[in-house]
This record gives sequence, structure tokens and C-alpha cells, in this order.
Amino acid sequence: MVEALRFRDDAVHEEPAVTLDAFLGQTNATAVRLESDEDARALIPHLDRLALIEISFPTFRDGRGYSAARILREAGYTGELRAAGDVLIDQVAHMRRCGFDALAPNQPLDQAAVEQAIGRYAFSYQKAADGRAPVWALRHG
Amino acid sequence: MYRYDQYDASIVETRVEEFRDQVSRRLSGAMSEDQFKPLRLMNGLYLQLHAYMLRVAIPYGTLDSRQMRMLADVARKYDRGYAHFTTRQNLQYNWIELKDAPEILADLATVEMHAIQTSGNCIRNTTSDQFAGAAADEVTDPRPWAELLRQWSTFHPEFTYLPRKFKIAIIASDEDRAAMRLHDIGLQIVRNEAGALGFKVFVGGGMGRTPMIAPLIREFLPAEDYLSYLEACLRVYNRYGRRDNIYKARIKILVHEIGADEYRRQVEEEFLHVKTLGIDPPAAEFDRIAAFFAPPAWEEGLSDDLDLADPEFRLWVEQNVAAHKQPGYAIVTISLKPIGGIPGDASADQMDLMADLAQRHSFDELRVTHAQNIVLPHVKKADLHAIWQALSDAGLATANLDLISDIIACPGLDYCSLANARSIPLAQKIAERFASLDRQRDLGELKLKISGCINACGHHHAGHIGILGVDRKGTENYQLLLGGSGAEDASLGRITGPGFDEDGVVDAIERTVEKYRAVRTPGERFLDTYRRVGFEPFKEAIYG
Amino acid sequence: MKIATGNDLTTGDVVWWDGEGWTRHVEDAVEVGEHGPALIAREEAARRVNVPYIIDAELTDHGPRPAHIKDRIRARGPTVRPDLNRRPIDPATGSWVI
Repeated sequence: MVEALRFRDDAVHEEPAVTLDAFLGQTNATAVRLESDEDARALIPHLDRLALIEISFPTFRDGRGYSAARILREAGYTGELRAAGDVLIDQVAHMRRCGFDALAPNQPLDQAAVEQAIGRYAFSYQKAADGRAPVWALRHG
Repeated sequence: MYRYDQYDASIVETRVEEFRDQVSRRLSGAMSEDQFKPLRLMNGLYLQLHAYMLRVAIPYGTLDSRQMRMLADVARKYDRGYAHFTTRQNLQYNWIELKDAPEILADLATVEMHAIQTSGNCIRNTTSDQFAGAAADEVTDPRPWAELLRQWSTFHPEFTYLPRKFKIAIIASDEDRAAMRLHDIGLQIVRNEAGALGFKVFVGGGMGRTPMIAPLIREFLPAEDYLSYLEACLRVYNRYGRRDNIYKARIKILVHEIGADEYRRQVEEEFLHVKTLGIDPPAAEFDRIAAFFAPPAWEEGLSDDLDLADPEFRLWVEQNVAAHKQPGYAIVTISLKPIGGIPGDASADQMDLMADLAQRHSFDELRVTHAQNIVLPHVKKADLHAIWQALSDAGLATANLDLISDIIACPGLDYCSLANARSIPLAQKIAERFASLDRQRDLGELKLKISGCINACGHHHAGHIGILGVDRKGTENYQLLLGGSGAEDASLGRITGPGFDEDGVVDAIERTVEKYRAVRTPGERFLDTYRRVGFEPFKEAIYG
Repeated sequence: MKIATGNDLTTGDVVWWDGEGWTRHVEDAVEVGEHGPALIAREEAARRVNVPYIIDAELTDHGPRPAHIKDRIRARGPTVRPDLNRRPIDPATGSWVI
């Protein structure tokens, strides 16, 4: 059983996510799943077609998905960006900062624990994909 | 030195509470060891041979007396009354209990210290020149840049699960006192022809299983592009660094496999994009940080004269005291390598003494060197004799800086679960064999470095004489290497031949240095003699 | 013989299976035989030990002596700090480890 956690107000996208190869071959797919070794930049020319991008975390130690997420947000993607796989509570805050707005963990996550994890750090040192002002901006207005 | 503002303090304190929560989830069973391990590593907590080991960060090797005293207090209260200074300018406690770890981090946070990212596959402590702010040859003090880097790399959401650990060093002089070329990223601050500050960027150095000297990736990076460029370097690594094999996952392997030119091309492409994101802090932030590193209020017009009538004092001054850019001042290196002692270890009492001396005589500042010694950076020459006497009483005045008994040694199999052989007893035997200071001074600069396993925490690849401990059919065996250097003339040591047992390698070192004495030209260092005459004469001398 | 060792979860102390629980004294370690892997899996799952593993040891007059020097160092303490060793007053400690 998989618990999905979403931080978006729009309706859940119903179309299933196809593989990257399938997506690049099809003109009507609106949801794609990126494996951890696939290049997110391949999607940049097609972002306006996409309502959902799912990025795989085969093991929580594989951090490539964080770069993939930021790359997609930096390219202007505004659809759902979902982290799927070995997603544990301790990665959730970093994922939100990199632009993920949905989680599909293999093991259920407690909603309250997720909210606590995301809100734990009042301040961040770096600019990322979440729009939060980095500490240096707070210092210098 | 840098002082936390409310934001820095909040981040460190929040981390303490987060870790407290993680520890309690581990102790209650809500988290398995497999899930907990990467989290505790990101707070520098290892499980070693005897207990948990905690590695405390000492950012760019700089600390004040208040912090040193707290480190001593933690040693007394939670450990066995001593601590170990490491080859990355950090400090390790060897006898920590997991249940105490959150409280220790809370105590450290009260003096602006932490153990964040001192382990794990993330960006580690940025190291720097132990003479920063005091040496005449630096272009500028590198530490404000190191502090910018510390903040940028702390809890960086994209780079917390890298393929492998990531170590950065930053210097600001042509003389490399921080082994910068042997880091994942090495930075040298320079001025261009117009006088503007920037960086030479080296990427892909490292030791361990496959040592490499970092190639130059960018000749001149303007200061204002600093963090954007590093972000690009890390992003390319995070995406393409190997994840299939733990031994091939460092950035040095990526740079080597695709080539420096291709790596550079990818970084420059990514940098052009990253630069549009506005992640570089404004100049005002750099100025704010740099203000903490303004030169101390040195007295003007002090004499450089020294009374060197006391012969032991004179030896110590000649060996352990370096020139300071301000007249009348000097840079003191406190040796943590007493003959027969444990390299890099200090008792809580010794740490308190060093704190007192720093507060009274060095503008309340100390440095940790990557050679596991301690520096008092701003000492009046007039105070040197009193300092030396205090150090002598505490066993901290061994006059052996950069001599053969100033050995870098990892903790080895006495402490470390990764080790194949013990390194400390070997260091002790070597130091005892060469205990005579006259003999050591005759041999001159001779950097001897010992690692207890291939992970090379003792930097054996960069030793003029290096020793690697291996496990040979269940017994400890030692390989001898010659000709390495971690300075600006970086080179990797070459294995001489079959390994030796502990006594055998001490004898082999004796034959090596006697060969050096036999063929050297006047004033020639061991390393230079080796480079001039080559490997074969030494191999012949060692193996006959 | 085969004995089981690990670290205490809370304190990190080196421990050995003595037949009923986990002791800090290697001389009380017992043979775990072919049940060893199942035993340590059960104990780890119950959090009575952390990162346990099975090692070879030689049965001597003074109890088991681990086959590998690493585990002997774990049993006694760092060879370079005899004052921190288990049984620091035992002069035979050094030769037992090395």
C-alpha cells in the first residue's frame, strides 16, 4: 500500500506515468516517470505538455533525483513533481526545497511527521527551488 | 573569527533537536540501523571498534579559547579525558555513548560548534591554511571564503546524498600548507593582472584507493561567481558520479574517466545556467563575514629581537616558530607529536592550557593543522619564552615541526573499524628510533605519514616517506612509499616493494634515510634528493 | 569455535554473546554454532545488540581468544592506551592481544 502526500491544490493527475523513452516517442502522454539514471534535461523541450513528472529514488542514498527536480523547476516546470520510491521522513524537507510537491514513498509516512519535518528549519542558507529566501537575503534585505 | 548571528544559531540548534529526535527514534526501535546510519554519519557519529566516535567540526581549523575549553570539558564529561585532532582539522572523541550524543551536540552549540556533515556522502568540513591571516605570502585571508562555503554547503538540499564524500580545501598562497591539490575541489585565491580577486579551481584530487592530484579546471574564477561555479561543479558530479561501486564514486574517478576537458565543458555549461539563478550572495554578505577576520589589533613598532641564549628554547624557536607578517610577532606551532606519544592526541588538561595560552598570547585564536598539530597564530616574540616554558611543562614543546618524528598517523586498528593494521605503535617506534633531536635536525624536513588502511586518512600517498598498513594473511604488514608531497609540488608516493612487519619497516626507514645522507648535496631535503637521484638507489638500499 | 560479538546500541560498548545475553567480557563468550546467524538476527531485531557478527575464536584456558587481532583489540581496548584497557592491571593483556 502506498500513501501519496501532495502539496498542491489542483486535482490529482489521473493519467499514468509512462517511461521516458515512451514519452519521447508519444505525442499525447502527459505524465512521465524518470529513473534515477535518466537525464531530466531531456524533458525540458516538452514541459508544457506535462502535468506530472515522477522521479524515482531507488534507494534513499541515490541523490540524483534532487538535481533532476531542481533542473526541471529551473526550466520553468510548474506541474506536479513527485518523489517516488525509498522516500523516508528525513529526506522530505530536502525534497520540498528541491521543488518536489508530491511524495509517493514505498512505506507509508505519517502526515504529522512530514509536516514537522518540512517545517522544522526556520532558515536555510541556500537559494533552492522552493522560493524560500536564503539567510543572506534575510541579512541584507 | 566568525560569530554566529541568530540565523546561524537557529540552524545549529534546530539540528541538535532534529538529531535528538532521530536518536530517540533509533533507541526506541522506530528506526533501523540501516536507516539511522546515514543520519548519524551526517552528524559525525561513527560506530568504531570500542564505542561510538564523534567527529566535531572545526571550520577551516579555526577556534577560540572558549571553544577549546568546551572541547576539553566534553572530553572530561562524556569521554575519557582526551581527544584527537585529525588530518582535516577536526576533532574526534573515541568513547561516546549514543544516548549522550544529543546532549554533547547541545553543549557544543552553546559555543557555536557542531558536528554537521563531518561524515556521510555530503560536503565535509572545508579546510584551509593554518597560517591564514598571519603569513606574509597570502593574497588575502582565505577564511571568509571558507565561511561562505561552510554556509552554502550546510544542509544543501541538492547535495546531501552525493555519490560519495566531498572534501574542499581553500588556500591563498602559492605555498600550499593545506594539501589543496589532494582534495575533491581545491581552491587557490589569486589576483589577476587587473588586481581583481579570484580563484584557481582544481577538481578531482584525492587519496584513498586511487590517489590523484586535482587537475586545473578553471584558471581564474572571478570572486563574484564563487558559489555559482561550485554549485555547477557539484551538480555535474551529483548527476554523473558513479553510484555502482563505492570505490569508484569519488569525483576524482569521474574527472579521470571523462577527462578534465570534458568535465570542464560540462561545468561551464551548467555554470552559465546556474549563474542565472541568483544564488551568489551580495558583496555585502561577504563584507559582513570578512569583517570577522579583520587583522587583530597588533601593536606597532615591536622589536624582532629574541634572546636565544637558552639552547633548548633556541631549538624550539628554530623549528616550531614561523615568521609573521607583522613585525615583532611570530606564528607558533604546538607539537602534538611527543616522542612515544600518540600523534594528534591531547589531554583535556593540555587543551585547557592551549586555550589559556591562546587567550593570553594569541588574540584568543588557535588553529588545527592537517598535520595534527595546533597553531597559535599571533604571538608577540617577547612572549615566546614564557609560552615555551608553559608548553614544556605540559609536554607540548617537542621541537620537531616537519622533522621525521612529526608524524601524521591515522588512529589505525587501535581505534578504527576500517583499519587493517595499527599505525600508532609504528609511529611511536619510528619516533623513538629517531628520538635524537640532533639526528632529526640533520635529516631536516622529512614528512612521514602513516595510514592503517587504503582509505589513507593518514595521507600516506603524500608523505616524503609514506607507510600503508595492510592485512597480510591475518597479520599486520606495512608497505613503504617514497616521494609523495602534499605541498604545491604535489606528487604521489611510490611503493618500494614487498612489505615489512613493524620492526622491519622501521629498519627499512633507517636504511632509506642513511641512503639519503650518503648521496645528498649540502642543504638538500630528503624529497629533493629522492627526486634528483630517483627511485632505484633507494630501492637498492632498502632491499639490498 | 564461533562466537558472536557486536556493540551495545545505547553505549557503543563491545559485547559478546554469553548464552543468555550480551556481556562486556569476552572470556564469558560461548559457542554459537550453526544457530549463530539466526541468533544475532533475532537479537539485533530486538535491539539488544547493534551490528552483530560471528567470528572465529580459539578456546584457551582463559576463555575464547578471537582469531583476528581486530576483535582482540575490541575485547581489550586500544593497545596504545593500556590505562583504558579492560583489565588494565593484567600484565598478560598485551601479549593476549598481539
